[in-house]
Amino acid sequence: MKFGQPSTLPRWAQLSVLPVLNLLAALLVTGFVTWLIGEDPWECLQLLVSGAFGSGEGIGYTLFYTTGFIFTGLAVATAFHAGLFNIGGEGQAYLAGLGVTLVVLAFDHTLPPLVLVPLCILAAMGFGAAWAFIPGWLQAKRGSHIVVTTIMFNFIAYSLMLYLISHHLIEAGSQNPTTREFGQAAWIPALHQLAAGVGIALPNTPLNLTFIMALLACVLFYLLVWHSRWGFQLRTVGVNESAARYAGINVSKTIMLAMCISGALSGFAAINELLGSTHRMNVSFTNGVGFVGIAVALMGRNHPVGIILSALLFGGLTQGGLELSFEKPVITREMIIFIQGLIILFCGALENLFEPFIAGLFKRKEDK
Amino acid sequence: MEQWLSLLDSTIRVATPLVLAALAGMFSERSGVVDIGLEGKMLVAAFASGAAAFVTHSPWLGLLAGVMAAVSMAMVHAFVSVTYNGNQLISGMAINTIASGITPVLALAWFQQGGNTPQLDDDSRFHDITLPFADALSNVPVIGQLYSKLLSGHSVLVYLTIIIIPLVSWVVYRSRFGLRLRAVGENPHAADTAGVSVARVRYIALFWGGVLCGMAGTFLSVYQTGSFIKEMTAGKGFLALAALIFGKWRPLPAVSGCLLFAFADALQIRLEGVDLPVIGQIPSQAIQVIPYVLTVLLLAGFVGRAVAPKAIGVPFVKSR
Repeated sequence: MKFGQPSTLPRWAQLSVLPVLNLLAALLVTGFVTWLIGEDPWECLQLLVSGAFGSGEGIGYTLFYTTGFIFTGLAVATAFHAGLFNIGGEGQAYLAGLGVTLVVLAFDHTLPPLVLVPLCILAAMGFGAAWAFIPGWLQAKRGSHIVVTTIMFNFIAYSLMLYLISHHLIEAGSQNPTTREFGQAAWIPALHQLAAGVGIALPNTPLNLTFIMALLACVLFYLLVWHSRWGFQLRTVGVNESAARYAGINVSKTIMLAMCISGALSGFAAINELLGSTHRMNVSFTNGVGFVGIAVALMGRNHPVGIILSALLFGGLTQGGLELSFEKPVITREMIIFIQGLIILFCGALENLFEPFIAGLFKRKEDK
Repeated sequence: MEQWLSLLDSTIRVATPLVLAALAGMFSERSGVVDIGLEGKMLVAAFASGAAAFVTHSPWLGLLAGVMAAVSMAMVHAFVSVTYNGNQLISGMAINTIASGITPVLALAWFQQGGNTPQLDDDSRFHDITLPFADALSNVPVIGQLYSKLLSGHSVLVYLTIIIIPLVSWVVYRSRFGLRLRAVGENPHAADTAGVSVARVRYIALFWGGVLCGMAGTFLSVYQTGSFIKEMTAGKGFLALAALIFGKWRPLPAVSGCLLFAFADALQIRLEGVDLPVIGQIPSQAIQVIPYVLTVLLLAGFVGRAVAPKAIGVPFVKSR
């Protein structure tokens, strides 16, 4: 199903001019709200940008947040290519965290890092994929709508995790619902530690090897979706399910596999957070990373390059927003959630809104 | 008896916002527009009504502000879904995200209380109303007790909801608008051929959905807690959506779904830390999760079968 007014612009303009205009519209509304609450939008923007990219430390944190957003963005995009709207990235990342924690708590004093970390990654992928597989299976075999099922699965995941953490995984004697600290064998090395090993001094940030994995995942995603037989099937199912069925593609298998890959990718967000930064699991470790992925995928138009850029934008917004809230106590983390909502609205629901206004420009050029 | 009455009494309290939101969703979805933005509309309404009631010292002006806020969000959704033919799911998601972002930002800027609105004083809140003769009848066994303990002593919003339920049911099944609403949701092309404006019906449906969501949000902030609290809807919009599906997109079964979920919620609060025979303690999360699991099972057709309005989620493009 194609939504919205169809675009007649050249492809490069659809992929660059329109998203930029949509982003500007979102920022304009944000600026208006900033002005409404009595702050100077221009000053805030400067603080935000310098907080995110103005120092080595800022860049490190920005890229750390970017890592998680790349993975959840790719996860949402995988499902989108099959015509599915997977809102369940949050729950899938949550369950992936459970997989990681179970492996770590069982083996972090017995296995060496080189075995333990890959095992954790497999567990994250497996648990994330399993939590996404059920809605995928229900969609493919029972026809229940994936959006509603994944919403429900987010709530189920939250209740399940709250129960498991507060009743079973909680650190003995602790009042807070968190697990014990993971053994060092399960820590994914931070980039500044690795760089120090070869003599380069980087600021101390949680940016870790998962970031490299995220970039690799983007390459693999590109090859899988546009240069493999399965990717062709995936996109065919997404564009026209009955045509795909008629062409002999196993639609339900494609849907289920797409959801599994989507869930597995969401799982990496848990790896980045748990093994790369906090080294223990608490009840709110996902912190909306799955929902940000929706905005990232929509703004990046489901393409890895777009996803990297928009994940970088959201990473910058998260880090810069934190810095900004130190300077301007009125502007909190929720302002970033507001921007995220506006971006979902303008880049997702109204993606070609500005097309009629700029279509004339392109036509005139062609005539000449 | 006493315990049962108080259990049922809290069921009514918990169910009211769910019922209003579920009926809101029914208007929208019966017209063929998916509405996963119930949560967001309730949240902006809760904030706007809490803020307006605090400033004006009038719960009714609060209600008006809440309804207006929810309706304006509903109109954004209508613009995307009907005028622009955009993706309704993404639009609903956007509304939820915008709502959870903008409400604490404005609350913090205007009231400096950590993203909440100040506690309302007695004049600015909706109060429990004692129905006539409730005190006199409270000693009459069964009927008197039911009347005075269960039916009496709720907010005016609860009584409004009790009136709204049959009204909505009548509108959907017996009125001219209801026929058009259902026609537009099932087969918009046929309705269009018969001279019904699909866009107009969908806009009206979403408008009334906004009004009901506004009431639901106002119930939370101006009656239940007496202030807006960050993220105070806490999934109630999705719970209402679940009840709507549970009720197979029909008003009375959807209301029963809300009552069932509310009963489970009221029960869960009472069972906290209580040792039951045989099973022992039930973790509260196990009961909280029931509505969501039920909805999944129902959608999958394991427990009955929920069939959505046929044209749901599909933008209507008039054929030339």
